[in-house]
Order: sequence, then structure tokens, then C-alpha cells
Amino acid sequence: MWRKDQVRYGMVIDVDKCTGCGACSVACMSENNVGVLHDETDKIKSITWLRVYQIDNGKPFPDTEVAFFPRPCMHCQGGESGTPGQGFFQEDTDPDAAHTPCVSVCPATATDYDDATGIVSQIPTRCIGCRYCVAACPYHARYFNWYDVPWPKGTPRALSPFVSPRMRGVVEKCTFCYPRLQQAKNKTFLDGSEVGEMDYQTACTEACPSGAITFGQLQDPGHKVHKLIKTDHAFRMLEKLGTNPKVYYTSKRKWVRMLADNHLSQAKAAKAAASGGH
Amino acid sequence: MATHQQAKKQRSRADWLLLILGVVLGSAFGFWITPTILYAEKPQPFQFDHKIHLEQVDDGCKSCHTFREDGSFTGIPDIESCKECHSADEALGEDPAEKEFMKYLQADQPIPWLVYSRQPDCVFFSHAAHSENAGFECSRCHGDHGQSTSLRPYEYNRITGYSRDIWGKGPIGLSGPPHRMKMDDCAKCHRENGVNGACFVCHK
Repeated sequence: MWRKDQVRYGMVIDVDKCTGCGACSVACMSENNVGVLHDETDKIKSITWLRVYQIDNGKPFPDTEVAFFPRPCMHCQGGESGTPGQGFFQEDTDPDAAHTPCVSVCPATATDYDDATGIVSQIPTRCIGCRYCVAACPYHARYFNWYDVPWPKGTPRALSPFVSPRMRGVVEKCTFCYPRLQQAKNKTFLDGSEVGEMDYQTACTEACPSGAITFGQLQDPGHKVHKLIKTDHAFRMLEKLGTNPKVYYTSKRKWVRMLADNHLSQAKAAKAAASGGH
Repeated sequence: MATHQQAKKQRSRADWLLLILGVVLGSAFGFWITPTILYAEKPQPFQFDHKIHLEQVDDGCKSCHTFREDGSFTGIPDIESCKECHSADEALGEDPAEKEFMKYLQADQPIPWLVYSRQPDCVFFSHAAHSENAGFECSRCHGDHGQSTSLRPYEYNRITGYSRDIWGKGPIGLSGPPHRMKMDDCAKCHRENGVNGACFVCHK
């Protein structure tokens, strides 16, 4: 439940601007001490907090179109959400209706929804590794550490001291670079200022060479993201699940918007209806 | 049934003595021997008198334990801060610790102090939030460390490697400083003062 004195951090990713270069993924791994495993070709066991997916419109050449979807954690809240037309990020006024899929299933309270920031945390030291949250997340944003990262000799010295590295047997995910907010807040305590839009930006936002990622406070009219989510082209992934994610995408291409909500094509929908499936 | 009741009645004074002895021995093992086995000691590089330094400076603890511009806490001052008063050419006192200190000063080497209150890696603690924003005195968590004339040995957990000060000296939390700095203690104070208790407030 959102109150006026609380903020809601969110992200807007312009799919039309994304070239799929993967700089965001690299920046994310570097920022958050995500290691490189022995066999990174094993994509089921490798860890990518921010993964770039490639989709296409399914048409044969020369009508083929491709789009890329960078996918961080969506920081879901659940409940009744505002439509893209309404633009403003809405949260249910009933706290009991709030439902973050991963948070609601965690038996160890290793992940929680922070009402002050709208960020879903992940505390690896508290995680018991049951992977219930991994199964609950509709976005596959959560990753299990199947191995200890084999840091080559000397490399641990290059790790960020602001992010605690994880061990095998626990789950991790994108945190919207929360330690950056902690550092930004530190400064405000000293000089009495407020955390401004540019004081807290995620690593992926800064790294994106085409400026496809925008980050800020969704509820603040002064922030860029607030305006971007009001456009008609804004949408969210799998919106119909009611997870109320705080990562928005924009695309002027209709097929991209349709695919993001997993809309079936007319033909497939008719076939499914005929067979009694769903 | 009758024999059972008889056996109960026959419990002698020696039986009770044995019971008390067992409780005493068990408690001794739990409260005294276990901590002795669990914690190891390391001496600090050399002795340091907080009291004598506090008398020389104007701004209390903040004279040496300062904040950086970005709001982060410097913790234990580096050798450059010591040089503001001490010079490598001449010792200011007669104390044998001063001789040790001069070695570091002359070599311009950082002093490998052992930090009593160092938290595990997963903890984010903002000194600015507590001392500047909430206006806490340093002693509220660190006790009268600033008034101490010597440094006690650094005790650490053999298994985890963490300082004993985090756990606190008293096993049931009744003894005085060093105060316990466990998660429960942080959470308790946050709850009492209505501070946000979400995980990411203190974890990273």
C-alpha cells in the first residue's frame, strides 16, 4: 500500500532503442559481484540478474522483425494496478491484497517488499535454498547458486565492497542496485538533502549506450520515468497476471506489446478454444 | 506400582546433591567453557589510550573518527590523521607503545588495528544515519570505549571469524558494554523507534 511519503522506484526500458548489446548485463554482473562459473554455456545454471531476451514477430523473411527485452527483477507488488493509459503507478489500498509472488512463498522470510521504496529485497544469508521463489517468479528473474563462484586468484580483491558476494545453495536476483541507494542515503544524512533522481541510478541504466533504460521514482512528477509510463506505448511484461511490476517497457511496435503480455494469435486462440485447452 | 512409589521415597540426600552438581557442571560448561573454546584472542598491534587522546582534542570522538564527504564513515583513522599531531622524528611520550607506534610512523605504514565492532559482510551499517540523523552518542553502542586507557585483546569466533563484540559479552545480555550488536538488537531498536525494518535497510 503506497502512502504519499513513500517512494516507488521503477524502470522504463525502451525496447525500440535496445540493440541487444548486453552492456547492461555486463555492468550488472560487475556491479553486483556476480561471478563467472566453470561452464557458462550451461544456461540453466548460470546467473544473469539482468538477462536480455530476443524475440521476433514470427514472420518469414523479409518481414521478420526482432526486438530485445532486457529483463531485471520486476519488483512486483500485486493488487489492483493502473492501466498504461492511466499511466500512474497504482498500488492496492488494501495491504492484504499486496502480493509479490516470491515474497508470499518464501518460508524463511529471506525476501521482503519494502513499503518505503517498493523494492523487493533478497537476503542470501537468510535464504535456505528451497527455490520456491524461483518457481513462483513468473519472470525467471531469480537464480539459484548451484556452485560457489570459482573466483580466480586475486580477483576477490576487485569485488565491490558494497555488495555481499553469495555462496552456493542460495538464491539471488536483481536488487535495483540497492546498495547505491544506501550510499546515496548516507550522503543525505550528512547534509540533510534528499536523494535526487541522479543520485540513485542503477548500473544498467548508466551502462546502456543507447539510453534505452530510464530509472527513477514512478510517483514523482519531476522524474523522467513518471512521464514515460504515461505514454500509450508503455506496457509491462505479463501484465495480465496482476503482479503489478515496476519495470515498464515502451515500444511503438504493436506486435512487441502484444507478445509481452503473451497474447495468443487469433488462429492459435481459436485452436485452443476448439480443443478445450487454455 | 507400589515398588515405584517406594523408589521415589527412597531418593536420598546424595541424589539431590548429584542433581545440583549436574546442573552446576552443565551451566559451567555452557556459560564458561564453551565460550572459552569458541573464542580465540588476538592482541592489538600495540596499546592505545583513548582517554589521553580525548583530553587533547576539541571535538570529541569526531576529531579523529570522521565522515567523508559522501557520508561514509572513516572508522579507525589512518596514519595520516595521526601525523597531524605526531611526527616521525620525535616521540611525544615515554610509553613503550609509543615506540611501536613510531615504527609505523617512520615506515609510513597503516596500523593493522583489529576492529572490535566489524560486522559480517552482508550488513550495511550507516554511521551517518545513527550519529548524524538520529543524534545518537557514540557511547550508546560502543560503550565507554572513548574513556578506556588500554585496548583489550580482540576476541573472535573460531568458526565464523567474527568479533565477539557483535555477540556481546553477557550470554543473556545482562552485562554492560560492549553492547551486543546482533541483528535482533538492531531490529529491536528500529521497532521501538518506528524506523523502517525492511531487510534492505541494513542488508546488502
